[in-house]
Amino acid sequence: MEAILFYILSAVTLIGTLCAITARQAVRAIVYLVTSFFSLALIFYLLGAPLVAAFEVIIYAGAIMVLFMFVIMMLDLGHPEKLTFPKIRDWWPAVLLLAVIAGSILILAVSREPATAPGFTAITVREFSQALFKRYGVAVEIISMQLLFALVGALYLGRRR
Amino acid sequence: MIIPFYHVLILASLLFGMGLACVVAWRTNVIMMLIGIEIMLNSVMLTFVEGSARWGIADGQLFALMLIALTSAEVSLALAMVVYLHRRKQSVNTDDYGSMNG
Repeated sequence: MEAILFYILSAVTLIGTLCAITARQAVRAIVYLVTSFFSLALIFYLLGAPLVAAFEVIIYAGAIMVLFMFVIMMLDLGHPEKLTFPKIRDWWPAVLLLAVIAGSILILAVSREPATAPGFTAITVREFSQALFKRYGVAVEIISMQLLFALVGALYLGRRR
Repeated sequence: MIIPFYHVLILASLLFGMGLACVVAWRTNVIMMLIGIEIMLNSVMLTFVEGSARWGIADGQLFALMLIALTSAEVSLALAMVVYLHRRKQSVNTDDYGSMNG
């Protein structure tokens, strides 16, 4: 049951990402990407990470993508907001890279038949937060400083002269 | 029935390849390049969460959380930079940003 759900969700993720990187308008790319992130959040939930799944929906799909949307609307990129779609000449290095990656995955998958994995252990929120605030307290402080610096930098870049 | 370890890794590497392809193919547009970077960071997060589930340690999920915080900082700065550049050059095309030589 879990495995079937995982394959459906991974298909949705891959198709959503593929539509996003070939979209002709930036706004459509963002909407496809939100779909892909929602199914990725469900995959995180299946892998026993409910907190990361919630943060993925709240922060990624909810905040970062909306930030992208705001900026695209604010910039007013002509009417209609068509992007100049890359030509075939621009696509071939990307297709080459993707083919190399897919080929290496195929070789790995064929050459080494994976043993049946042991059942994974879900990590409870209590365990997660204890590890976060007991062992990695300094990292939390550093991340908060980093967010503050990013805020100051964004304010500096965004001010009007 | 459980999800095989390798299949999650294959999904993550395919997502990473798609993000890389997005950055390479859309190298004339700053916003689509940023979207490609987002896709790549998401695939890395998937790898971390999968490792955390595989070995039963919370560290992978913690690093995924740190990655979310890092990404939000990076995106806010990068989009502020895009707005600034658009105000100066009236475009988001990277070919127009040729004045910064060196």
